[in-house]
Amino acid sequence: MTSDPVSAPVLAATAVSWLAGRKVILDGVTVSVDEGRTLGLIGPNGSGKSSLIRLLAGLRAPAAGKVTLDGKPMSGFARRELARRVSVVEQHSATEANVTVIDVVRLGRTPYRSALSPWTQEDDRIVTEALVRVGLDDRREQFWHTLSGGERQRVQLARALAQSPSVLILDEPTNHLDIQHQIDILRLVSELPLTTVVAIHDLNLAARFCDVIAVLSEGRLVAFGPPTDILTEKTIADVFGVEAHVSTSPHHGRLHIQFLM
Amino acid sequence: MTRSRIGRWALGAAGVFLVLLALLVAIVAGVAIGEMTIPMETTIAAVTNRLGFTAVALPRIQEAVIWDYRLSRSLVAAFCGAGLALSGAILQSLLRNSLAEPYVLGISAGASTGAVSVMLLGFGAGAISLSAGAFAGALIAFVFVVMLSSGRQTADRTILAGVAASQLFNALTSYIVSTSANAEQARSVMFWLLGSLAGVRWPEVTLAASVVTIGLIVCIWHARALDAFTFGEDAARSLGIAVRRVRVVLLLVTALMTATIVSMVGAIGFVGLVIPHAARFIVGPGHIRLLPACALIGALFMVLADIVSRIVIAPQILPIGVVTALVGVPFFCVILYRARRVA
Repeated sequence: MTSDPVSAPVLAATAVSWLAGRKVILDGVTVSVDEGRTLGLIGPNGSGKSSLIRLLAGLRAPAAGKVTLDGKPMSGFARRELARRVSVVEQHSATEANVTVIDVVRLGRTPYRSALSPWTQEDDRIVTEALVRVGLDDRREQFWHTLSGGERQRVQLARALAQSPSVLILDEPTNHLDIQHQIDILRLVSELPLTTVVAIHDLNLAARFCDVIAVLSEGRLVAFGPPTDILTEKTIADVFGVEAHVSTSPHHGRLHIQFLM
Repeated sequence: MTRSRIGRWALGAAGVFLVLLALLVAIVAGVAIGEMTIPMETTIAAVTNRLGFTAVALPRIQEAVIWDYRLSRSLVAAFCGAGLALSGAILQSLLRNSLAEPYVLGISAGASTGAVSVMLLGFGAGAISLSAGAFAGALIAFVFVVMLSSGRQTADRTILAGVAASQLFNALTSYIVSTSANAEQARSVMFWLLGSLAGVRWPEVTLAASVVTIGLIVCIWHARALDAFTFGEDAARSLGIAVRRVRVVLLLVTALMTATIVSMVGAIGFVGLVIPHAARFIVGPGHIRLLPACALIGALFMVLADIVSRIVIAPQILPIGVVTALVGVPFFCVILYRARRVA
């Protein structure tokens, strides 16, 4: 991840708002992420992280403001075109269908296939590559229902990679996972040569894996910048209402946040 | 990898061939079996005569019974079975609910209200047939459901709206039947609603064949899109699927297929619920295989159910809906029992 000079951000939201009924969920939020970088979205429950994720992924159109991909407005992309550029891993994915790991990962090729075009060797290669990347190549015939939470997230990540995206968006991908699997998933994601947006709960993990962090509170952007500038004791107290001690970790050189209880 | 794929295709092709063969045999059997026993060879000769391949001299009455009565009936049964199973599979995938079936959109309830309105209230003053009334009723119910469920989080709300529509139209039907003076007519309407292939002729074959064939083509065209619905509507959208358009097209196609079938042969139950599950059990959840499998198995099931309905209490005919339920329920229990271990 070299810091070459970048002209324009790959993905940017400018003064976006989003309403659920009459309730304001997001209010004039501006964030952006440069090529190859990882943007972390943090904030308490209900701060609007998931809504911002949906707007950035182009799944919803903002009520006000605009979202751009490579400087072009989101609305200018055809759905399939967008699905080839941006892929999404949701917080929680469930199905009643009796699908296998390979069935799910193959869904990632959907935006590249027309109604009746055959499955190609190129598709096969990309799917296998994605499975190898998440370490599930030997589990391809296993049924979805028999997988653990962490494995399911890895399968969804492989599906997202099979879309061959340039931008990967993850909505709290490590929710419900134990600490080892949280770190596994985030390390996997941070090693990918992709522009990434990830909503995340754990502040230490955010500090460890994100290049820039956006802090949301009650639908507003409170702070936006590199972790060292953003994750201050004051911001943490203001936004999360907890007292914390922030220091530089002697182990990995990143920020370390201790909550004083 | 490639070899195993060729092997799977060969297996699939063999399966399709076997089911088609079974369907053909079932249709011939359906034509041969009945009040007037007609030998198989006469049956086959009568059909090949008509198609111009042979010119075997046959008793005129047997030829007429085969061609004008039994063959058309078996073919309508086949197409209706295919259409119902296909609609069930589409709705189960689209609404992500394994209990969804063709009548979940209120179509059978609407059709019954339409039918009794024509027959008992005299709507249309004889100019409108029972079928046309049923078709209109079905579409009114469908429009009602679509209007109730438009907007966000549509899958669950569509089902709830369908429940509301079914209750409403069933209540209207019961009201009309119970306030109607003519008990005999009311009985015949209820009998018709349980499903009856009596009286179907070649015009019905043409209609069922064209509607179900077009429906099958449209559905298979959307097979990939349906696969993308595996993890819900947002997941489908993020895979590049035009969720709203796909949903509208497929709901409309299934509603038209179901309404046509119901208005022709009544609300035959259980085919649309059970056959998709059985087909999934055999060919897996991928729609490109599942949808043709549903059509074939549904057709075969219905032709066999029709034969059973004619021989159980011969010379009387059992409503075919009774047969499909009597066969379907135990079958469904077996599937549920076996699925217990998978899930």
